This record gives sequence, C-alpha cells and structure tokens, in this order.
Amino acid sequence: MANEQWIAACEAEEIEEEDVIRFDHGDRTFALYRSADDQYYATDGYCTHERFHLADGLVIGRQIECPKHNGRFDYATGEAKRAPVCVALRTYPVKNDAGTIWIKID
Amino acid sequence: MTECGMLIIGAGETGARAAGELRDRGWTGNITLVGEEALAPYERPPLSKRALLEAGDPEPAFIQGRERLEALNIRFMKERRAIAIERDEHAVRLEDGTLLRYERLLLATGARPRRLPSERLASDGAGVLYLRSFADALTLRGRLRPGRRIAIVGGGFIGLEVAASARELGCEVAVIEAGPRILMRGVPEALAAVVDARHRAAGVSFKLGAGIGGMTREGGGFRVRLTDGEVLTCDAVVAGIGAMPATELAADAGLALDNGICTDERLATSDPDIFAAGDCCSFPHPLYDGKRLRLEAWRNAQDQGAHVAGSMLGAGEAYGSVPWFWSDQYDLTLQVAGLPDAGTTTVRRSLGEKGSLFFHLAGDGRLVAASGIGHPAVAKEIRLAEMLIERRAVPDPLALSNPELSLRSLLKNETRETPRL
Ligand SMILES: Cc1cc2nc3c(=O)[nH]c(=O)nc-3n(C[C@H](O)[C@H](O)[C@H](O)COP(=O)(O)OP(=O)(O)OC[C@H]3O[C@@H](n4cnc5c(N)ncnc54)[C@H](O)[C@@H]3O)c2cc1C
Ligand code: FES
Repeated sequence: MANEQWIAACEAEEIEEEDVIRFDHGDRTFALYRSADDQYYATDGYCTHERFHLADGLVIGRQIECPKHNGRFDYATGEAKRAPVCVALRTYPVKNDAGTIWIKID
Repeated sequence: MTECGMLIIGAGETGARAAGELRDRGWTGNITLVGEEALAPYERPPLSKRALLEAGDPEPAFIQGRERLEALNIRFMKERRAIAIERDEHAVRLEDGTLLRYERLLLATGARPRRLPSERLASDGAGVLYLRSFADALTLRGRLRPGRRIAIVGGGFIGLEVAASARELGCEVAVIEAGPRILMRGVPEALAAVVDARHRAAGVSFKLGAGIGGMTREGGGFRVRLTDGEVLTCDAVVAGIGAMPATELAADAGLALDNGICTDERLATSDPDIFAAGDCCSFPHPLYDGKRLRLEAWRNAQDQGAHVAGSMLGAGEAYGSVPWFWSDQYDLTLQVAGLPDAGTTTVRRSLGEKGSLFFHLAGDGRLVAASGIGHPAVAKEIRLAEMLIERRAVPDPLALSNPELSLRSLLKNETRETPRL
C-alpha cells in the first residue's frame, strides 16, 4: 500500500471512444480503456491466458476481447467473461483530471 | 455395462469443451469423457511453437485439468481407446472390452497426420516425424539441436511453424513443397508471399514444385531424393502434409461419411443420438450457401464443442460461426476469418509497418473472408472484418482499401442499414 501512487498516463483524447491503448510504466504494461459513455478504465496489459497485449484487442461494449484467442474480460471489473480465459484481470483506479488520465498503481 | 449418460469419445479441444458446456447448460446426469492419450485434455497450437522453443522441460497447456473435471463431476477415462459403436445397444466398446452405455454419444476424435506413402520411405518409414500430440512434440524437440539439418515435407501451416521454430533453435531448414508456392490452401497468394519472404530472410531454403522421390537411411540421418532429381541429406525429416479425419468408429458403425463424419447443421450424424464435432466432422455452413466444410482450427473446435453440447440436450439451432484461425511464425501474426477461397476478388489495405489486410469478396460483392499478416494489431482489424462477414455485409471496395476509414465505422453503417433482430 505504501508504494501506491497516481501516475499521469495519457491525455483523454488519445483514446478513441470504445477503444483501448497500451501504457507502459517501468517494466510494467497496462491497458487503458474509454467506454462508449466516455468513462475511463485501466487493467493489466497482458491477457491472463497467455502474454498478449490486450491493447491489440477489440473493445466490445463493456468488454475487451483478447486478440489471440478471443477470450473476454469485463474491463471495469476485470472479471473473465469468455473461454479460454478463466483468471480475472487486475484493474486499477483511474481519474480524469482536466483532460489528463491518471492511473493509481503500486 | 456402465451407464454413461452423455458419452464423449476423444478428449481433445472439442471433447473437453463439450463436456464442460454440458454441465454449464444444466445437464445433471452422467458425463463421461474417454481419451486414448495419457494426458488430461491439452491445447495443440503450442506444440509447433512454444513447446519446441521453450527452455527447460515443456509442460502441456491443459484445457481442463483433472481438478476442473472433478469439480464438474465429469468422469474422465484416459488411455482408453474406443474400438466400436454398438448402435443397437446404445453402447461403445473399448479396447479392453468395457462396454459404455450412452444416452447421447459425441464423436470428437479429431484428425491424424497424413503419412508419407510408405513405398517412398526408407524401410518402413521409421524415423519420419509427425506432429499432432504432446508426445510427438517432445520427440521432435529432441531432434531440433543447433546445426542439425531438418527437411520439412509440406509448406502448410504446421510445416512452416515447425520451420520457424527450428530456425529459431539454430537448425538448418529446407522446406519441400509439391505445389508451386507455400500455403496453397486458404490464404491469398500475396499473403503467402509475405510469409515466404520472412522465412527466406530467416535462412530457410525452399524446394517448390518438388515431391519426395525416395528416401534412404544414411548414418543417423536420411538421404532424400526429390522428384526433380535433387538429393538432400539431413538429420531428420518432419512431414506436415495434412491430416485425415479420424472416422473409423463412425465408418464401422455405418454412419454417413463425407470428407469426415457427415453431420447436419446441428452437428447430429445420420444417427439422431450420435453427434460429431471438431476436426473429425464435416457440416453444412449457412454463411456459404450450405457448402459442406471440414475445418481444422482451434476456435472451430471450441465453438463446435460448445454448440454440440446444446444439440445433444435437444437444442435445434444451426452452427454457423465464421471460420477463423491464426498462425504464428517468427514475429509474424497471421489471421484468417471466413473462407478466402469463396471469394472472386481481393482488395488489399496496407497498414504500413503494421502489415497488410486482404478482403475477399464474392461475385455479388459480399465480404466472404478477410486475412491479415504483420503486427499483432492486425488481429483487431480481422475481428471487425469477421463481424462484417457475419452480417453478410456488401462493403464498398474503395472503403475497404482505404486505411483512413476505420472498419468500425463500416460496421456501424452496416448495423444501421440492416438491423438484426
Ligand atoms: C501442432 C498443431 C498446431 C496447431 N496450431 C493451430 C493454430 O495455430 N491455430 C489454429 O486455429 N489451430 C491450430 N491447430 C489445430 C487445432 O489444434 C485443432 O483444430 C484442434 O485440436 C481440434 O480439436 P479436436 O478436439 O477436434 O481434435 P483433437 O484435438 O485432435 O482431439 C481428438 C482426440 O481424440 C482422441 N481419439 C481419437 N480416436 C479415439 C478413440 N477411438 N478412442 C479414444 N480417443 C480417441 C485423440 O487421440 C485426440 O486426443 C493446430 C494443431 C496442431 C496439431
Ligand atoms: S492469450 Fe488471451 S485469450 Fe489466449
């Protein structure tokens, strides 16, 4: 907990509506999402099935579909939604501060 | 006689998925999964990729481990081979004589590598390697040492993935392909050319338009004579010349066959209590005018496994997922959605450094397939194209070729014009 910090990840308009981008920080990688109703979310960048970047996948409604085998997660809660993924995805708090997207990591 | 309820023969991708899905759909009776292999169900795609490359002892990628099968109360019988279906008794006979009675039977027996004709092989063909099972991958792995000369027969996906892995491990690799180019089936020539160039850049040599004329043992390796007279010496021969559906059980029981076990659109065979799914079956595809297809692809195995579980429980829906597969070679991602061979014209969209997309249109302008090669980001585009294919879209070819126009916007227009209920 002690190492928790807010990090400025990108500008809000860098992510298109209903889309996802990749954000690397140190040796970690994250996926940042913007939903159709303009909310922002963040999860771990790699799929929990194999090490593939979810940012190369497709946002469909509230879900991200992995580009590799089309497993799906709810990107707001991290919940695994479709085989072959069965392990949930870690999510991170996000805030939009005057057009800058911040993510809280530890 | 053991009462098995829902009995599944073949514990591969399809069988495992169907077993889990039967539970998920609320079947509370017995489910029995019978497989001839020694392992719990595992994924085959890594066998030509990670399982060959990974340092240390490779582990199979299990689909449903023992714990999960137990948690779902699925009876899993490994290392048991089914040898006959006694249709009159609603039972399957195993090699050890056990009779398993079923209410509904699923044949998910997959496919087996096509063998090189034995008269062209050294003695009994001993030593030619094939790749289908985890055990095959372990054997092959042992031969792929740096500096070894590996001859690969067949320029299809399995052969090329093994070629890429072998090069990455420092082997000398020659691919022998009887056709005029690699990847003759299911991908456009322009895409095959990208794959060809990538292999050549990695140092793979190709012998195209040449078959195997004969083979003799020499030292610990082989002398391979090609039909054009050329002779290759190598330490190992790997054949990836296609697969044959495992149909013996169905054939002996008198079920209809047609390039695999013949099913209707629900995946029922000619016996209403027996179903078939995955690599072993052929089925009429509603998106392609009911054309009968047999697919050998991972997602089809998954999707048919799930679908057939519903059919076994009485559902009446037709199976109609868009065919889709991927291949990984070196750093290249290749994906194909739909049936490129059903198209008459091809439109290319360049994604610059990220690769290329090809859209395949039928005579009436309908999008019937899309294929992509390059960076993993092509996957997103192919997924959108797949949705267009599913909706039987007739997109403007100019829009398809224009990288400035997102496929998502085409899809949105499509949805507006043809609302789906
Ligand atoms: C090396 C390799 C790489 C691949 N890579 C890709 C890829 O990158 N992308 C892709 O889309 N697809 C790929 N595939 C294809 C994909 O793995 C198959 O489509 C899928 O495994 C088919 O599943 P299935 O359950 O129908 O058959 P299988 O997985 O073959 O399972 C059938 C099982 O039934 C057993 N069986 C057969 N007869 C009997 C019997 N009489 N009694 C008991 N058991 C029996 C078999 O031993 C086997 O275990 C690859 C396949 C291989 C072999
Ligand atoms: S890597 Fe994501 S579903 Fe397999």
